[in-house]
Amino acid sequence: MAQATRDGRQRPLWMGRRMRRVLGAALTYLILTVGSLLFLFPLYWQVSTSLKTWQDAQRFPPVWVPWPPRFQNYVELMERFPVAQYLRNTVFIVVLVIVGVLLSSSLAAYGFSRLRMPGRDIIFLILLSTLMLPGAVLVIPQFVLFQTLHWVNTYKPLIVPAFFGNPFSIFLLRQFFLTIPLDLEDAARIDGAGYVRTYAQIVLPLARPALLAIAIYTFLGTWNDFFGPLIYLSDREKYTLAVALRYLQGSVRSRPENHLLMAAATLSIIPCIFIFLFAQRQFIQGTVVTGVKG
Amino acid sequence: MPAPPRTASVQEVSVASETVAVRPKKGLFHLSLQRREAIACACFIAPAVLGFLAFSLFPLTTSAFLSLTDYRLAGRPHFVGLANYATLLSDNLFWQSVRVTSIYALAVVPLWLINSLALAILMNQNLRGMHLFRTIYYVPAMLSGVAVSMLWIWLLNQRYGLVNMLLGLAGIQGPNWLRDPRWALFSIIMVSQWSVGWYLPIWLGALQGIPTELYEAAEIDGSNWWDKIRHITLPMVSPVIFYNLVMNIIWATQLFTEVFMMTEGGPRFATLSYMLYLYQNAFSYNKMGLATAMSWLLFVAVLLLTIVAFKSSPMWVYYEAERRRP
Repeated sequence: MAQATRDGRQRPLWMGRRMRRVLGAALTYLILTVGSLLFLFPLYWQVSTSLKTWQDAQRFPPVWVPWPPRFQNYVELMERFPVAQYLRNTVFIVVLVIVGVLLSSSLAAYGFSRLRMPGRDIIFLILLSTLMLPGAVLVIPQFVLFQTLHWVNTYKPLIVPAFFGNPFSIFLLRQFFLTIPLDLEDAARIDGAGYVRTYAQIVLPLARPALLAIAIYTFLGTWNDFFGPLIYLSDREKYTLAVALRYLQGSVRSRPENHLLMAAATLSIIPCIFIFLFAQRQFIQGTVVTGVKG
Repeated sequence: MPAPPRTASVQEVSVASETVAVRPKKGLFHLSLQRREAIACACFIAPAVLGFLAFSLFPLTTSAFLSLTDYRLAGRPHFVGLANYATLLSDNLFWQSVRVTSIYALAVVPLWLINSLALAILMNQNLRGMHLFRTIYYVPAMLSGVAVSMLWIWLLNQRYGLVNMLLGLAGIQGPNWLRDPRWALFSIIMVSQWSVGWYLPIWLGALQGIPTELYEAAEIDGSNWWDKIRHITLPMVSPVIFYNLVMNIIWATQLFTEVFMMTEGGPRFATLSYMLYLYQNAFSYNKMGLATAMSWLLFVAVLLLTIVAFKSSPMWVYYEAERRRP
């Protein structure tokens, strides 16, 4: 391009390159900054609406900065709805699910990666194939199963399956275990450690990054899960936060109290934001996605 | 001292133990090392295998039977043959839900992939502050479907929503995004784009795996940025494109939370997704048999999609380690 527009050879080519680089960088920053504003503004609007009075929330032209911020909205929300109870329910489920997934998946992954058994790899492939199965396919049959077990309207359908392995986590952990040098385990075995001890004292501590990534993933998935609690929980006091939000959205529809709804939505995303900031490196480096640093 | 290869040493040990095994007391619990390892393996994988049998295989097989019955909760299933499938195929709402889900998947997945790849290419330059951008774009992607839906119900509110207020400041009267049949599905698709950052880590990983020599060589040959993207970047990341295309189309067929929260399938069924209709059949109308038939149709559709995708992949996916026939 540079050569075509100018007739001198060396100087313009060099100039053109440099100019192009600067222009390219400027354009990149411009696009990414505008995009960032577009991406972040809805979140800002959520928080700012949650700090407005009912009247200010509906005003036109919009009130950009709520001043003074009305933290009282959060108090009012807590008083009118048992948010603390929903929070406790959600945390209860999330903690047990994380424990279950980590335990059962790491056990299975250890078996699949380190211990030899005839037919082992075929079993692994069959388990892995369920990853391609859309969850929707299993929803109704699983509901029928839990219905006959009288588990509906309890937390069991949401928690118990976690203790029986999760194909995705098994896959990630198995990949990770395969990168751990065998010498360590061999040394432990020579020193007389059994399989359980090798698993618990050698492999698990080494796999901490992968376990952390899976814990984060499981946290987000369970915290945000809507469909499961929606179909399994019918008593209002058993609701998780996600289902409670939906109930809230419906119950205030007659008089749209958007400032309270946004307060509730903000409360529900705060833990996710914290987890993200805490584990940012795992996310950004893609450890969470692939289980291995790429 | 170089260690002997591991496999060999273990073989030796296990062989040795079997020959030795003749000598000591032949107790009931005396097992060869291999046997013992196999039993340990079975114990370690047992929970996962049980879980697969109980929570995947068993429901899947019983549902094949249930889809041939008129099963209702708190009732007995009666065998009705293929009646459920026949009902579905002649049901306008069923076809509407197929249409809505197809439009959604075909619009949302390419948009996700193109937008996120474009963002990733921008961020993959050697410039300052890119880390911050990655973080910003990633945040909306990990928020819950319910909270996000609530926020967008508010933002897209006809009178008080931010979107229409901004349009109003510009002198444009915005439509009733979620209550107008012409705009509702479009709005849902646009809202889904908010989570485009989800794919950034995957793309950035793939982009960083491309050898820089390729770009340097292209630059020497006088390629411009578009040539480089078209002839180097895209082919090199095509396996990732392929994988994400398949997985996300499967994923997009499950659209539920957004339409359940934001539009309840309306207005006039404009956003009635497949999963929403399945849910309504099962839990609003208590037609479990019919809903299971829907699950099975979805299963077959997804399976076919996957097969087609994998069959077509050699035509356009470039695998570096693969040898091609001339």
